[in-house]
Order: sequence, then structure tokens, then C-alpha cells
Amino acid sequence: MSAPTGITRATLLKDLRLEWRSKDAINSMLFFSLLVVVVFSFSFDPSAEESRQIAGGLIWVAFLFAAVVALNQTWAREIRNQVLDAYRVSPAPANSLFIAKVLGNFIFVSALEALMTPLFIVFYRLRSLGPAWQLLLVAVLGTWALVVNGTFFAAMSLRTRSREIMLPLLLFPISIPALLAMVQATTSILNGEGARFWIVLLVSYDLVFTTVCLLLFETVLNAE
Amino acid sequence: MTETVPVTVVSVSNLIKQFGRFAALRGVTAEFSGGKLYAILGDNGAGKTTLLRTLAGLNQPSSGEVEILGASKFHDICQQVGYMAHPSLLYDEMSGMENLEYFARLYGITSGTRCAEASRAVILSVGLDPDLARPVGQYSQGMRQRMSLARALLNNPKILLLDEPFSNVDLHSATEMVRLLARTRDRGKTIFLVTHQASLLEGAADEFVWMEFGKIVGRTRELKRPETAQ
Repeated sequence: MSAPTGITRATLLKDLRLEWRSKDAINSMLFFSLLVVVVFSFSFDPSAEESRQIAGGLIWVAFLFAAVVALNQTWAREIRNQVLDAYRVSPAPANSLFIAKVLGNFIFVSALEALMTPLFIVFYRLRSLGPAWQLLLVAVLGTWALVVNGTFFAAMSLRTRSREIMLPLLLFPISIPALLAMVQATTSILNGEGARFWIVLLVSYDLVFTTVCLLLFETVLNAE
Repeated sequence: MTETVPVTVVSVSNLIKQFGRFAALRGVTAEFSGGKLYAILGDNGAGKTTLLRTLAGLNQPSSGEVEILGASKFHDICQQVGYMAHPSLLYDEMSGMENLEYFARLYGITSGTRCAEASRAVILSVGLDPDLARPVGQYSQGMRQRMSLARALLNNPKILLLDEPFSNVDLHSATEMVRLLARTRDRGKTIFLVTHQASLLEGAADEFVWMEFGKIVGRTRELKRPETAQ
């Protein structure tokens, strides 16, 4: 195993261990998403047909807001006791840290999605008219889009005073194309329509933003 | 008879560091030889921590030059430098061993066994128990400081940068730490130590470097404020 891969693996395992012990991110995300599912379900009580129309938007907005909680936590751990400085003075590459953080957040948000999706299906009586496996593809691509940008912008807002407000302000506008593609792709698949265009858009978005974030992360990490 | 010429390991030239309009360092120029323990002293706001962070590559100089072990880019020699800050730079939720094993991997130790061996050795060297399962967050302040020193020593650095290692540490533990640092210096390491408890270093430090208003105003062999200083 090469050194950067080993550092990514060690950092990822360290983050999973810290989250397992503190459960800071996963508890807040679960509670928030649960509230969204229950409150919206009782507020609208949609029919199966209406559910297919609104579920895409509802699910992804819930996951987007919930993901912000995890994204804020991921760097909060690093500035407590200024541990990030220990990483900065070490020879470890900046991108190993970034990739580990993205993978960690991807695991947290995916776990949340796996737990919440059955509840969405039950509460909104969802039944997909299109191929359900495509929903899995949209989930993977959409989650990656959220966490890769989210991890990057959370690192950018790390040294600002009101970073918990700053993150959504930076993340949401830049996530609009991805969010649009995620919602449209989900709605199209649930209604049995083609989602190819939206999936290609998501793939392109992921490729572009992952590359840009990897190119800029070292500058963000070492900014004063 | 041959005379040993001291080798300069750190040199700073007209170093200026500004934070907005405030100049924390105002043209620091100095050379430091290897194998010595330098105590950096001065009042609050004198620029001691900023100088240390600049040497550690954490602050970029606004102007001027820093050269460590012949390299002007910190990244080229970061493997040779150990840094201990005022905060612990440790994860509170993990034990000392877990923390150090993680940091060992950042310094390129890939084998799990070697990580564990290196971490155990360095924890023992600061007088702590490597088998202590308690998370660092539950350590006393003195234990945390010593674990933080262990983290800085982990990569067996040639140069140690220590910011307030004795703060909140009881006298006995601080004296033990000074002995450990003196032994480390005797093994040829160069140590820069920022402190407000200079008396602890009497007899151990090779030189006292006095700072005021972002400048070095004097260097003495004894713990005596130079007359040039205010």
C-alpha cells in the first residue's frame, strides 16, 4: 500500500472510530431527517401519485440539510485542540486528508440514507414505476456530489467565526445543478420516465467538482 | 588542535509577519546552531509563538526568509521537525496509544507493529504508561502536556519546536520534562522552547533569546534580561 493510500485509510479509520465513540454526526442527522419525514407526511398526506411527484425533492432536501450537520462535525473535530496543525506540520499529503474526509462523510450520509429510505417508502407509500436500481445509482452520485463539495466548503469556512452558517451559504448555491439533477432523476425514475440526461449531468458534476476540490484543497488547508 | 565550528541549523533573515495591520514579527534576524536548547522569552505579544509557528511552517512570512537545515521550504524538512503547540494537538476521544499510532502513520510508518513500537517507546520516554486505555480527554493537564511532547518526539526530529510545554504542569512534572529535554539536546537535537517559566530552564538552556515587540532584543547565556531590553 502506498504511503498516501495508507494515510487516507488511517485517517478514515480514525474518523469512523471518533464518530462511533461520540455519535455526534449520525445522531443529529437521523433526528433531523426523521423529523422531516414525519412532519411532511402529516402535513400533506399525499396520494401515491402525488408522492411520486414530490418525493424526489423532499428526500434530497432532507438529506442535503442533514448532511450539513455531518459536514460541520467532520472539521470541528480537527480544530478542537488544533489537531489540524499536527497534520499540517507532518509530511502527509493534503489530499489524503481530503479524500479520507470525503469518504467518511460519504459513509455517514449513505448510512443515513439506508436507514431513512424505508421510512420514506412507508410514509409516502412510494412505488417506483421505473427501474429501481437506477435510484441506487442516483443516490451514490448525488451523495458524492453533496459530500465532496460539502467537505471542501466546510474546510473553507473552518476559520470563519460563524462557520455553521457559512457552510450552507457557500454549499447550497453551488449544489443547485446537482440538486436539480438528483431531484429530476429521482422523480423521473419513480414515474417510469427516462433519467439518462440527469444521470449524465450528475456524473459530469461529480467529475468536475472532485477534480477542482482536489486541486484547491492544499491551498485551503494551509490558508491562514 | 581542531576547533569545532558550530553548524547553523536555523537562520531567519529580516523576518516580518503581519496579521492585517498588526505586525507580530518586525524584522527578526538570527542564526541558531545545532545541538542546543534555546529558551525564547518575552512578555505576552512579544512574537514568541508567531516566531515558532513560522519556523513550523504554520505561518507564512509576510517578508524575509527562513532556512531550516538548509531548506527554505518547510515541506522539504518537515520529517526532521517536531512541533508541540499550546493546545495538545491530540484527539480527546482516543487513548494516547491510539493518537500516537495515527500520527506515526502520517510520518510514513506503514506497518502496524512498527507504529505500536514507536508509540510505546516515545510514551515511555515521557514517563507515561502506554497501556493506559483512558481517552486523552480524561488525562490531567500535566499528562496531556507530556503526551503532547511524546507526539512531537514521535518522528525522532532533529529540531524540536515547543510552545509553552510547562503551562499548567506541576513543578515536579515540569522538572522531569526539563531533564528529558536536556537529555534530548545532549543527543544532538536542537530545541526551541517558548515559555513564561524561564527559571525552570536555568542550567538546562544553552541560550536565552529575549523578544520584545516582534524583535529579538538580546541573547544571553544566563537568565538575565539584557540591558538593551526595556
